[in-house]
Amino acid sequence: MSTTIEHSETTDASAPPVRKGGGFTGAAANYLDERTSISGVVKEFGRKIFPDHWSFMLGEVALYSFVVIILSGTFLTFFFQASMVETHYDGSWVPLKGVEMSAAMESALHISFDVRGGLLVRQIHHWAALLFIAAIGLHMLRVFFTGAFRKPRELNWMIGFTLFVLAMAEGFTGYSLPDDLLSGNGLRIIDGLIKGLPVIGTWTSFLLFGGEFPGTQIVGRFYTLHILLLPAILVAALALHLVFVVVHKHTQFAGAGRTEKNVIGYPILPVYAAKAGGFFFLVFGVIVLMASFFTINPIWNYGPYDPSPVSAGTQPDWYIGFADGALRLIPPGLEFVWLNHTWSFNIIIPVVALVLLLLLVAIYPFVEGWVTGDKREHHILDRPRNTPTRTAIGAAGVTFYAGLWAAASSDLVATHFQLSIEGVIHVVQAWVVLGPFLAYFVTKRVCIALMKKDREIVLHGYESGRIVRLPGGEYIEVHEQVDDYERWRLVDYEVYEPIMVRPNAQGKITGAARLRARMSNWFFEDRIAPAQQSELGQGGHGHDDTPGEIEGGKGH
Amino acid sequence: MAHDEVSGHDTAASDSSAVEVSRGTSTGTAVIASDVVNPGEPPHRHRITDTDPKEAKKAARSVYTLFYLSIAGSIFALAAYMAFPIEDGSINAIRLNTLFIGVGSALGLFGIGLGAVHWGKALMYDKEGIDERHPVQGTPETRARAVEIFDEADRESGFGRRTLIRNSLIGAIIAFPLPGLVLFRGLAPQDQDPVELLSHTMWKKGDRLTLDPSGIPVKASDVTIGSVFHIIPEGLNERHDKLEQKAKAAVLLMRLNPKDLNISEGREGWSYDGIVAYSKICTHVGCPVALYEQQTHHLLCPCHQSTFDVVNECEVIFGPAKRPLPQLPIEVDSEGYLVAQSDFHEPVGPSFWERT
Amino acid sequence: MARKSRKAGRRHPLATVVLIAIGLVVTGGGYAAFSSTTTASADTSSAASQSVIEEGEKLFASNCATCHGMDLAGTPDGPSLIGVGAAAVNFQVGTGRMPMAMQGPQALQKPAQFTDEQTAAMAAYVASISPGPAIPDESLLQADGDAANGGELFRVNCAMCHNVAGAGGALTEGKFAPELKGVLATHIYEAMLTGPQNMPVFNDDNLSPEDKRDIITYLKYIENNPSPGGNELGSLGPVAEGLFVWIFGLGAIIGLMVWLTAKSN
Repeated sequence: MSTTIEHSETTDASAPPVRKGGGFTGAAANYLDERTSISGVVKEFGRKIFPDHWSFMLGEVALYSFVVIILSGTFLTFFFQASMVETHYDGSWVPLKGVEMSAAMESALHISFDVRGGLLVRQIHHWAALLFIAAIGLHMLRVFFTGAFRKPRELNWMIGFTLFVLAMAEGFTGYSLPDDLLSGNGLRIIDGLIKGLPVIGTWTSFLLFGGEFPGTQIVGRFYTLHILLLPAILVAALALHLVFVVVHKHTQFAGAGRTEKNVIGYPILPVYAAKAGGFFFLVFGVIVLMASFFTINPIWNYGPYDPSPVSAGTQPDWYIGFADGALRLIPPGLEFVWLNHTWSFNIIIPVVALVLLLLLVAIYPFVEGWVTGDKREHHILDRPRNTPTRTAIGAAGVTFYAGLWAAASSDLVATHFQLSIEGVIHVVQAWVVLGPFLAYFVTKRVCIALMKKDREIVLHGYESGRIVRLPGGEYIEVHEQVDDYERWRLVDYEVYEPIMVRPNAQGKITGAARLRARMSNWFFEDRIAPAQQSELGQGGHGHDDTPGEIEGGKGH
Repeated sequence: MAHDEVSGHDTAASDSSAVEVSRGTSTGTAVIASDVVNPGEPPHRHRITDTDPKEAKKAARSVYTLFYLSIAGSIFALAAYMAFPIEDGSINAIRLNTLFIGVGSALGLFGIGLGAVHWGKALMYDKEGIDERHPVQGTPETRARAVEIFDEADRESGFGRRTLIRNSLIGAIIAFPLPGLVLFRGLAPQDQDPVELLSHTMWKKGDRLTLDPSGIPVKASDVTIGSVFHIIPEGLNERHDKLEQKAKAAVLLMRLNPKDLNISEGREGWSYDGIVAYSKICTHVGCPVALYEQQTHHLLCPCHQSTFDVVNECEVIFGPAKRPLPQLPIEVDSEGYLVAQSDFHEPVGPSFWERT
Repeated sequence: MARKSRKAGRRHPLATVVLIAIGLVVTGGGYAAFSSTTTASADTSSAASQSVIEEGEKLFASNCATCHGMDLAGTPDGPSLIGVGAAAVNFQVGTGRMPMAMQGPQALQKPAQFTDEQTAAMAAYVASISPGPAIPDESLLQADGDAANGGELFRVNCAMCHNVAGAGGALTEGKFAPELKGVLATHIYEAMLTGPQNMPVFNDDNLSPEDKRDIITYLKYIENNPSPGGNELGSLGPVAEGLFVWIFGLGAIIGLMVWLTAKSN
């Protein structure tokens, strides 16, 4: 292993280098190694280095929430009955006494009201699920905006994307299991959505629900998906995801001493184990605290599913919100009968839009890789400002998603801000169409401005705020020069020159080449190159460690 | 600084002497990087716990205190499990049970988490380590050997040479899952046709309109102006497929001033003295459209805000739905009860492909 | 059942909180019962004395007639009040919706502008002109009916506008269905009976007086038994839960992450 950690003169006094040869630990380790050759694993991974940055922990939040979900979910399976057999409730919640409901709902209420700590575990499970997907989302944004998806990590991005989709599917199937009014109406919407799809819609719905909606099958089927099939795939994909993290070694931000050929940070044993291990308990603790103090999914208020009632404010959990919002935003009248079939564009358009959005997210690394033509490995992360076009694309995507998300709560926005539903919908329609362009433009300009500022700082230092009057009467502001380490952090990035259209080996200019040149131009036309040594020299100060630079104030 | 004013184009490219341009990245991409030299790792900064033994002691004390707190929290949760029973069925007891088990467990978790992290941050040796990276791809020898293995396997099996064997195998592998796929037809009853099912509801001529959920029949005289009645067909509650039928047959019954109603040709006889019945199932994706505003005569769907105008035969005035809600033709029987004249004249609920 | 839990509660630290909460509920409920008793008795004594009606007429003429007309037949600014009955007056004036502050999508609830006696007088006057629904009988307002039946009826007839937990919801063109927590039983009953503004009428053939009593029982049950899971986040459902997990859940965790990766002093 190539890990090096210098033990300088300040060796930790509390950790004397004692070799534990004997004792129980030694014997146990020996026993294990003789049967598993585990020492090789420890040698390989025990001192593996992980870089430290707060945003690198987001993936761990997702992982830990998932562990909490598995622990709490397993407990729930011991009590939950995935059956839609009709029964009459006879538990502690008075307003449902004697009410007809499915066994699924009855057992979910039983867990909530008649098993000690059952409600706590139910709430832990649901809060952890919301946190799981939120953490995945934020983790993906971090990976996107820092360019961590570039070679060699494109495939791991795809695996991560798969995990995101699986997590949403897990969430939706779990949300539907209690067979309460809210989730039942959610299922009804899914049923209507599926029926609206051309050609396959009617039969897909028929097969999914085992006959007509709602039928008596769906809870059992979702249960199998929720606790068996989806988790199995999810765990496999998760394992693969983590294997790739080990294979690739973690990325790191630019910084003094950091290169594409090394990774600087703390070793797994002991520091990382303490911090990351402790962090698991912290995430778990936050989830348990939320579950102790805040109600989530009060199915006893919703009551059993019945196709006739509905509650004001019927919404899906947050991660399905973007789909619900997309359905709400479609203007009236987009449904036609053509060729003796019904074309429900009020459903086809949102479904296609969402699939395209997800597809774009999934394949983005390959698109960018093709545009840059860059075949090198990248392990130093981009600061988002240093890749203005990518950051702007991301901002546009986030704006679009946020618009759909906002649309899903249009009724609550209307009541809480005393607006009309129609007004809110119209504003969000405009937002979803125009917002991404605006966000793109503004973000790109802001990034370029920040790059300029960085360049300015590298070349001329920080404005110290200290005003000095020169003997000649002129006022100037003293600039503090940045030190070498900080300067390196600011200049260690690359920009691309746009690709030029050139003929291929046959001397032809293909359409693909043209498209690629155009996209490359779009990506990299506007750029600020990192400062060069010669420019630093021109300024009359390089490494000569002048403490402060004096510069004419008029120039600013 | 002239450079700074140029944002449209790369500022340093003109200083060709200062630019390190590498054109060796296979496709003619020019990468511009800085030629400033990496200064190497900054000097290690000692923590207060490294230099001051007192502080180190204090940190150690915090760490084990946190671990002890964690034990206390877990014991508290155990005690809460026993001290706050819920078997008397009181809601407050459930609240306290949930709260105190949760708070105790959270303390148990936070104690471990905060203690371990604090230990790692303040006390463990904190000089950063360096791992070298190697290209992800295998070494040339490994790769060459892998290719060789495949070649040998191909030669020894004749996979590339015996095309008939190979292609027939591929065909067989494509064919074998098909029977398995077909089995999934069994997910829904074999003897039913969804299109047929979706086209009809249980309403038929003479069925009384009854209250949801009680099933009490409704007289025309009961329905005063401004009222809305949530209606199910007579006999629904006795059916074994109650929910499936209700999901199609639920109806809203409203009475308006007959003068206000705009009735189209062919529907003159479908209402009774201003009493109209419309399907409650949204024509968008099937939520119950149940929000009736008695003054504006709007019906609003709470799921996606499709708005229907009862005055104009429930045409859509806002939202994603296209089709008006289907109307149930009603009349009054000899005893004064409201009854259906027939089933709906079109399929209710969301659109589907085979609907025309 | 509530008494039992109170006893159990005294043993632990939250006892004070619980006691205060119960105290508040009891006083509030008592006050509500008291105040509605006075209005009801003032009106249901069918021989509403002539002097009360005269006082009501005066109040009506100076406060209501501008919009509703001296003869109650309505004007372009306000609907006719013929046949609305004492229940409608008691609801509209008692909840402060009338007199309206300004024309808008709907009349908003605000502090009542009149004393209970004045409200009763106006109710008596309006009822004396043309008969309509009377103020409900006290026996139906005790929240002692069948909460399960009430819950079921509430979900079928009310929840689509007012939300399953009575948290309120949006209607078209800026109108909304108000929150039902803290609304007096009398006013809930009267609202069902008279269908104020855009709310439909639920007459006694649709929801019988016992059904209405059960609905009130359900609403009061969920009001007096706060969620066993903890703070309800406004009973707004998944949107509130999603915002909470993003802002506070992830917020707290990101705070911990920053602490965790920051170098120790």
